[in-house]
Amino acid sequence: MEFLLLLGTPLVGAAALAVWGARPRAPELNVVFSLATFLAACALTVRVIGEGELIVAREQFFIDAFNVFLVALTAFVGFTTSLFSRPYMRVEMEHGRVTPRRLRLYHSMYQLFMATMLIALTTNNLGLLWVAMEAATLSTVLLVTLYRTPASLEAGWKYFILCGVGIAQALFGTILLYFAAESVLGVEGVNALLWTHLDSVKGDLEPTVLSLAFVFLLVGYGTKVGLAPLHNWLPDAHAEGPTPISAVLSGLLLNVAVYAVVRCKVLAEGALRSDLPSQMLMGFGLLSVMLAALFLWRQRDIKRLFAYSSIEHMGIITFAFGMGGPVANFAALLHMTVHSLTKSAIFFAVGHAAQKAGSQLMENIRGLVTLSPTVGWGLMLGSIAILGIPPFGVFASEFLILTTAMKEQPWATPILLFALGIAFAAIFGRVQPMVFGEPTAKRLPHPPALIPVFTHLAIVLVLGVFIPPYLADWYRTAAQLIGGP
Amino acid sequence: MNPMPFDVQLLNALSALLLLLAFAMLSQRRIVTLVSLLAVQGVLLLAATLLLAWRTGETHLYFSAALTLGLKVIFLPWVLYRLIRRLGVYWDSEPLINIPGTMLIGLLIVVFAFGLAQPISELASTATRSAIGIAVAVILLSFLMMITRRKAMSQVVGFLSMENGLFFGAMSATYGMPMIVELGVALDVLVAMLVLGVFFFQIREQFDSLDLHHLESLKEKR
Amino acid sequence: MAWLTQILEVLAALVAAPLFLGWVNKCRAWLQNRSAPSLLQPYRGIRKLFFKDAVIAENASPLFRLAPYVVFGAMVLAAAIIPSMGTRLPFSSAADAIALVGLLATARVFQSLAAMDVGTAFGSLGARREMMIGFLAEPALLMVIFVASLISATTALPVISERLAVQSVGLYPSLAFTAVAFTMVLLAENARIPVDNPATHLELTMIHEAMLLEYSARHLALMEWAAALKLFNYACIGFALFVPWGVSTTATGPAGLLFAIPLLAAKLAVAGVGLALIETLSAKLRVFRAPEFLATAFLLAVLGLLVRLLLGS
Repeated sequence: MEFLLLLGTPLVGAAALAVWGARPRAPELNVVFSLATFLAACALTVRVIGEGELIVAREQFFIDAFNVFLVALTAFVGFTTSLFSRPYMRVEMEHGRVTPRRLRLYHSMYQLFMATMLIALTTNNLGLLWVAMEAATLSTVLLVTLYRTPASLEAGWKYFILCGVGIAQALFGTILLYFAAESVLGVEGVNALLWTHLDSVKGDLEPTVLSLAFVFLLVGYGTKVGLAPLHNWLPDAHAEGPTPISAVLSGLLLNVAVYAVVRCKVLAEGALRSDLPSQMLMGFGLLSVMLAALFLWRQRDIKRLFAYSSIEHMGIITFAFGMGGPVANFAALLHMTVHSLTKSAIFFAVGHAAQKAGSQLMENIRGLVTLSPTVGWGLMLGSIAILGIPPFGVFASEFLILTTAMKEQPWATPILLFALGIAFAAIFGRVQPMVFGEPTAKRLPHPPALIPVFTHLAIVLVLGVFIPPYLADWYRTAAQLIGGP
Repeated sequence: MNPMPFDVQLLNALSALLLLLAFAMLSQRRIVTLVSLLAVQGVLLLAATLLLAWRTGETHLYFSAALTLGLKVIFLPWVLYRLIRRLGVYWDSEPLINIPGTMLIGLLIVVFAFGLAQPISELASTATRSAIGIAVAVILLSFLMMITRRKAMSQVVGFLSMENGLFFGAMSATYGMPMIVELGVALDVLVAMLVLGVFFFQIREQFDSLDLHHLESLKEKR
Repeated sequence: MAWLTQILEVLAALVAAPLFLGWVNKCRAWLQNRSAPSLLQPYRGIRKLFFKDAVIAENASPLFRLAPYVVFGAMVLAAAIIPSMGTRLPFSSAADAIALVGLLATARVFQSLAAMDVGTAFGSLGARREMMIGFLAEPALLMVIFVASLISATTALPVISERLAVQSVGLYPSLAFTAVAFTMVLLAENARIPVDNPATHLELTMIHEAMLLEYSARHLALMEWAAALKLFNYACIGFALFVPWGVSTTATGPAGLLFAIPLLAAKLAVAGVGLALIETLSAKLRVFRAPEFLATAFLLAVLGLLVRLLLGS
């Protein structure tokens, strides 16, 4: 029941907002639907924590320790982003950047996007996972091009083609997986793509085929994660789309893609009995961290800056999952959570800041703290949090990852530290004058939505100081599920 | 000298034709012809699916044949023809690599694809296992086509042909994916087409052209 | 018996080659709604040329006089090797399919050398273009032959033909691809329409005709006869590889030969119509597009090879 509500609400929301999305009260409607989804997710989480794993709809959907919390996180950030998008999109309307028709598209697609991500997270069928991932791309392409500027069209086209091609590789990987599974699960061919079934027989899967399949799956879903060198679409799509979309792309979609990669890795590792999948993940992860850190220095657009920061963090998470083992997995899960919360909070603050300055170029954004102390402090605290300064949660997870890396993969530690250092200098050096410099901006007609920013940051802060025991338990269960060497 | 049963021969002939078609697309500069070739590719897929369905007696293959007919033979080419007429793009400009060069790269790709598919074909138990290599080749050739073309329209044709290759690969390796997945994939392709249709009009409105060199400004500056 | 077949084949080639050319021209004229020239027109042309006095440029070397005989000889020899009627040919043990390609190349080299010999602009232009086409067409032709050799496990043309003729009817995508490739090579090598137009002397596009401009009388007659023989030979190679049914083999005996002659005539008639159809339906390519055309032929042949290796069909 909760499950039906969870997937049904955003779908109904998409339909409803396709009709009423241009009404003056549509943003509130959007919030209502997002809230309902979030409540359903909460109910589901409570139930899963109480009763354990849940398999529904002829085994096509399942909730286990790994994905339930991602569902909760997705629904929560979806809800807070809808809160943020309410004043943000109003301002965009008044600036004439969006017409009512586009607003309707935006609202409807926003809900659809939430629905596809939730389907991707909860489905047991790896084929459906692919379908949902592709649908998530499709529902956001038109959002990236919402402003119809040449740059946004280019970003949208890149996003579409790169992710389309990438995800086609993932489909081929899925086909190969099915091929390998069919010979093991034979008679029940219909079940041969169900993750629970695959997981139980993963040791019998043909290693050659599985290794090929994993390469294709990693390249495919890795494109969506934004792993270098397949990351080209990510900064453009983040920078040119409306900021709420940047927030959910960065905070949620990337997580979902990582989730898909990890699910595939579990299978590949079980079948191969070698650490090839782990090493590939670590390699891609490190490359992304390095590349993103270096590119951070060249950014002038604030949203691109934080988009590259997302690539960097996805690299860290991928690397941690690559190391595997209970501690690294735990840290990676924690990092997924805190990164998602922090990054969306930053994008909220950035969105208001850019609206105030009327520009996304960092040189035009100055002195936020005098203009609007809350936005300024939000951006400052968010940046501090994402850079991994204690006592925020990002510090805890990065610290765990680094210490595990020192123990397990000592060679990688200097690279990670070096990249983190570069990223720190790049981001901090740019955020500081934006927040404390001479003010240049103007007042906004609508008060900024700051509750989401500070709620997120507060949660991240709490997670940095104290992880509630049930959450820690739950992370541990999930970490165990993912396993690793 | 010829131990293969006739229907397997026919399937092999169909897959060989698919490979030929992939090359024809690679060399074709007229976008209208490109779309026609895509439609022919759909027809070949349809024929192969029907043949396989008849051979194996699996009913879900009949469904996917119906899906192929509706989507890949009729609907997508129709949408593309309409788009071409509405947008007035009939020719692609000279591709990035000249055509004989592309062809030679394509040949190397086919050899590579056959090598890649070798271990899979050896494990497969289907009658069509030797066609897996051709499916991989079609996928990679479509990819090559997307890389070498400048017009958005030809890239989209490449994208769809890649999807056809994937479909063919799924069919020849495992007699198709589970129905629910196939439906989902078909739905995605359909939606992708609609999104693209909207997208093309946006691009044209903005640039008065569908040439992708307009879309090269977002690069890392400095 | 074998010698009878051999002699008959060479004679048939010599006699039928201009007739085949005439037939192609006639079909073309019909298809283009022109009044058709007589079937015997090529013979008349050749006879008329034989009765004329030869005029040779002052600075022509002996090579220039020699070339027509070499070219003609090579074509006759090729006709002796190709199993157009029977597969038991005493001559064919002297050369396999690869040597046949070499023989055709010899003819081309001499023709081009002779064209450059006098030193006129058109001569060297034609020679250069001819070499360009030959350089691209030859590998394609070799690939075609390799595919057939791969299927029949030999490079001797009569044996290929015999083995392909007896195997059960099946779908051979590899042979289908190579057949198309071979047709393209045939068009290019015989100066037919998408590559060259045999009916005009338009200096910007001509290839074959440009090389013959300096020739007259009996030399020209031999050259034209050789060109007709070349077309005939190519057609017969095509029959040997792709429609080998009906040639007389050791199994069929003299009765087979009686059967093979009308069958060859029928095949030639059909091929002539096909050739005329292609020439009517396609437009002349720019010279710079010719490499693309031949690259496609090569590609098809290689694809045939790959398909053969992978699918085994």
